[in-house]
Amino acid sequence: MSTETILHGHEVEVNVHSHEEHGQHDHHHEESFLTKYIFSQDHKMIAKQFLITGIIWAIIGGLFSVLFRLQLGYPDQSFPFLEDIFGKWAKGGKISNEFYYALVTMHGTILVFFVLTAGLSGTFANFLIPLQIGARDMASGFLNMLSYWFFFLASVIMFASLFIQTGPAAGGWTIYPPLSALGQASQGSKLGMDFWLISMAMFIVSSLLGGLNYISTILNLRTKGMSMTRMPLTMWAIFFTAVLGVLSFPVLLSGAVLLLFDRNLGTSFFLSEIVVKGEILPNEGGSAILFQHLFWFLGHPEVYIILLPAMGMVSEILSVNSRKPIFGYMAMVGSLFAITILAFLVWAHHMFVTGLNPFLGAFFVLLTLLIAVPSAIKVFNWLTTLWRGNIRFTPGMLFSIGFVSLFISGGLTGIFLGNSTLDIHLHDTYFVVAHFHIVMGVASFFGMFAGVYHWFPKMYSRYLNNTMAYIHFWVTLVGAYLIFWPMHYQGLAGLPRRYTDFSNWQSFNQFADMNRFISTVAMIVFVAQLLFVFNFFYSIFKGRKVKSQNPWGSNTLEWTTPITPGHGNWPGELPEVHRGAYDYGKDGREFIPQVEPIGADESKH
Amino acid sequence: MNEIVTDQNRRIHPHKFTMWVAIGSILMMFAGLTSAYIVKRSQVNWLMIEIPIIFWFSTLTILSSSVTIHLSLKSLKEKRMVEYRRWMVVTAVLGVLFIISQIIGFVQFGKQDIRIVGAGSNASYSFLFAISSLHGLHVLGGVIALLVIAIRAVSISKRNYSTLPLEITATYWHFVDALWIYLFIFFNWMK
Ligand code: HEM
Ligand SMILES: [Cu+2]
Repeated sequence: MSTETILHGHEVEVNVHSHEEHGQHDHHHEESFLTKYIFSQDHKMIAKQFLITGIIWAIIGGLFSVLFRLQLGYPDQSFPFLEDIFGKWAKGGKISNEFYYALVTMHGTILVFFVLTAGLSGTFANFLIPLQIGARDMASGFLNMLSYWFFFLASVIMFASLFIQTGPAAGGWTIYPPLSALGQASQGSKLGMDFWLISMAMFIVSSLLGGLNYISTILNLRTKGMSMTRMPLTMWAIFFTAVLGVLSFPVLLSGAVLLLFDRNLGTSFFLSEIVVKGEILPNEGGSAILFQHLFWFLGHPEVYIILLPAMGMVSEILSVNSRKPIFGYMAMVGSLFAITILAFLVWAHHMFVTGLNPFLGAFFVLLTLLIAVPSAIKVFNWLTTLWRGNIRFTPGMLFSIGFVSLFISGGLTGIFLGNSTLDIHLHDTYFVVAHFHIVMGVASFFGMFAGVYHWFPKMYSRYLNNTMAYIHFWVTLVGAYLIFWPMHYQGLAGLPRRYTDFSNWQSFNQFADMNRFISTVAMIVFVAQLLFVFNFFYSIFKGRKVKSQNPWGSNTLEWTTPITPGHGNWPGELPEVHRGAYDYGKDGREFIPQVEPIGADESKH
Repeated sequence: MNEIVTDQNRRIHPHKFTMWVAIGSILMMFAGLTSAYIVKRSQVNWLMIEIPIIFWFSTLTILSSSVTIHLSLKSLKEKRMVEYRRWMVVTAVLGVLFIISQIIGFVQFGKQDIRIVGAGSNASYSFLFAISSLHGLHVLGGVIALLVIAIRAVSISKRNYSTLPLEITATYWHFVDALWIYLFIFFNWMK
C-alpha cells in the first residue's frame, strides 16, 4: 500500500519535470501509471521497487528480532500483549519454544535473502549499473522487470507463510534436514516449510534473472571509452556479486528441489533410519550431510553476495568524500576477484563438526584462512584512502567508515572460527552469532545505508535530512557494538544459539543481566532504524531539493545526467569516457570527471 | 529496446550473451545434482539402476532435434520461410516426443515394481527421476520458446526477419541436448 502512495506521489514531481525538458529529451515516451510505476522496465524505477520492498521486509525482520530479544532479555516475565497479538504462540504472554524458533528462522531468512540480497543488490545493481557505465538501460529491461516480479511473488509467498495455522518455517535459516524434511517433526516443518521452499525457489529465479542481466550489461553495454579498468569499484563489486549468485544459487535450488521431493513424494535423498515420536520411518539410504553440502555451497558465497556490493559502494564513497583516489585500484579489483574464487572453495568451514574427515577439514581451514589475505588488502586500502584525506563527513561517508570498522572487527573473529579445532568449541554458540552479525549483517547494512544516503539525491532529486541521518548513524554504530560485542563473551562461555530460555542453566545464569542489556539496546537501535525509514519517506516528498547536477563533486557518470533523469538516462548522446573514476586531487584540481578528456600536460597518477 | 542496443557496436548481442551466462548457471545446478548423486552412490543402500531402453529412443529424438533446429535457423537466415517453419514444427514435435518417451520410461519402472517415490523407494531411482525430470522441464521451456516464436512469426503483420530469437533458442536447444547426452552417459557409467 505504502509503496503505491510513494510511487504515486513521485509521479507528480517527475511529470512536471519531464514537461520542462520535453524538447531536448528524445527518449521520453508517454507512459501510463501502470507501465511507469508498476510494470516498469526502467532500471531506476525497478531499483526503487526493490529498495522499498526491501525496507518493508527489513522492518518486519527487525521487528521479529525485537520480539525474540524480548524473550531472551526477560525470560521470567510475561507480556500479556504478546498473547493478545499472537494467541496460542505466546500463551500466558510468553513466547513459546516453537514460536521462538520460527521467529529466528524468519528473521534470518528475511534479512539474509529478502533484505540484504534482493534489497541491496537489487537496488544498487539496478540503479547504478546503467548510470555508471553509461548505458540507457539494462541489457534486457523485460528480464529485469521479471526479476522484480519474481521477487515480489517470493515475498508474497513468504509473507503468507507467516499466517499459516501451523506457523512459518522453523529450523533456522539453513533449514537442515531431517527436521525440515519431516512434517511430523515439528510445527515449523509442516506447511510453512513448503511455503519457505517454494518462496525461495521463486527468489532464486529472481536472483538469477537479475544476475544474468547485471553480468551481460556490464560486459556488453559500457559506453565508449569505459574500459573494464576505468569502471568505478561499485561496478566491479556488483559484477563479482552477480557471478557468485549465478553460479551458486542454482546449487541451492537443486537442494531445495530434492528437499521438496523428500517432503512431498516420500523419497529419501536426505533421510535415513529415523525414528520420530516412537514411529520408525521407512526412509533408508539418504544423507542429511548431503544437504549441508548443497546448502553451504550456496550459503558461503551468499554471505559474499551480501557483502561485496557494500564493499564496492564503500570504496566509491570513501574515495569521493576523502577527495582522494582510491588507494590501489587494481589491488581492490584483484582482491574482489580473489574473494570470489575463494568463496567457492571454503563452504565446508560451516561443517567442521558434522563428522567431516579431519584431513579434508585441514584443507578447508587453509583455504578459509586465505580469505584473510584479500580482506586485509581491502582494509589496508580503505584506511590508506582515508589517510590524510580531505574528509567530508557526510552521512554516506560516516556509514562507510563505520563499515570499515565493522568489517575489521567481524573479520578478526572469522579467523578464530576458521580454525577447525577452535570451531569445535565455538560452533553454534553466540560467538558465531556475533561474528556474522558484525561482519555481514551490520556491515552490509552500513554499506546499504551509505549507498542510500549517497545516491538518494540521484534517486529522488532531494536530500535526506542530515540531522536525522547523524542520529541514525551514531545510535546504530554504538548500538551495534553494544549488542554484538558482549555476545563474543557469551559464545566463548559456550552459550548455544537458538535457545529460548537459559535460566535453567546454572552456568549461564551469569548472563541474565547481560542479555537484558543487549535486549534493551536492540530495541533502541530498532527505533533508530524507524527514524531512518521516516527520514526516507519524508524526504522523498519534503526533502531539500537537489539544485546542482553533481552535488558531491564526484567523477562518475551518474552525475552527468539531468538532476531527474528520464528513461534513457542521458537526454542526448551517451557520454564518452576518457579516464578512470578516481582522479581526485590531481594536478591541483579537486576532481576531474570521467567525461573530461586527458589534458595535454596532465600528470600520470 | 532496440535503441539501447544500436547505441553501441559490439561483437555479440547482449541477449545472446545473457543466454550463455544462463547456460553456465543451469550447468551449475546439474553439477550440484550429479555431484550429490556421486556422493550418494558411495554410500550404503545404493542400487545399480537400469536405464530404461526407451531412453535410447529419447536420446535419438533429442539428437535429431538439434539437427532440425539447425536447419530451421539456416532456412530463416536464407529467408526460406516455408522450410523454416516446417523445421521448427518438427523440432517442437521432437521435443515433445522426447518428454513423452521419458515419461513412458518412468511409467515402465512402475510396472516392474521399482518405486521411484514414496515408501520403499530407493534413492538411486529417485535421483534418476529427479534429475531427468528437471532436465525435462528445461526441454519443455525450449518447446514453449519455439511455440512463442512460431506464433509471433505468423501473427505479426509486418514481416520480421530477425533471426535473433531463434538463434538464442537454438543455442539453448543445443545446450539442453548436450546436457542430456552428458546425463545419459553419466547414468550409464555411474551406476
Ligand atoms: C577472514 C574472514 C572469515 C573467516 C575466516 C570466516 C570463518 C567462518 C567460519 C569458520 C564460520 C562457521 C562458524 C560455525 O558455524 O561454527 C563462519 C560463520 C559465518 N560467517 Fe564467517 N568468516 C569470515 C568472514 C565472513 C564474512 C566476510 C562474512 C559475511 C559477509 C561472513 C559470514 C558468516 C556467516 C553468515 C556465518 C554463519 C552462518 C550460520 O551458521 O548461520 N563471514 N565464518
Ligand atoms: Cu562461510
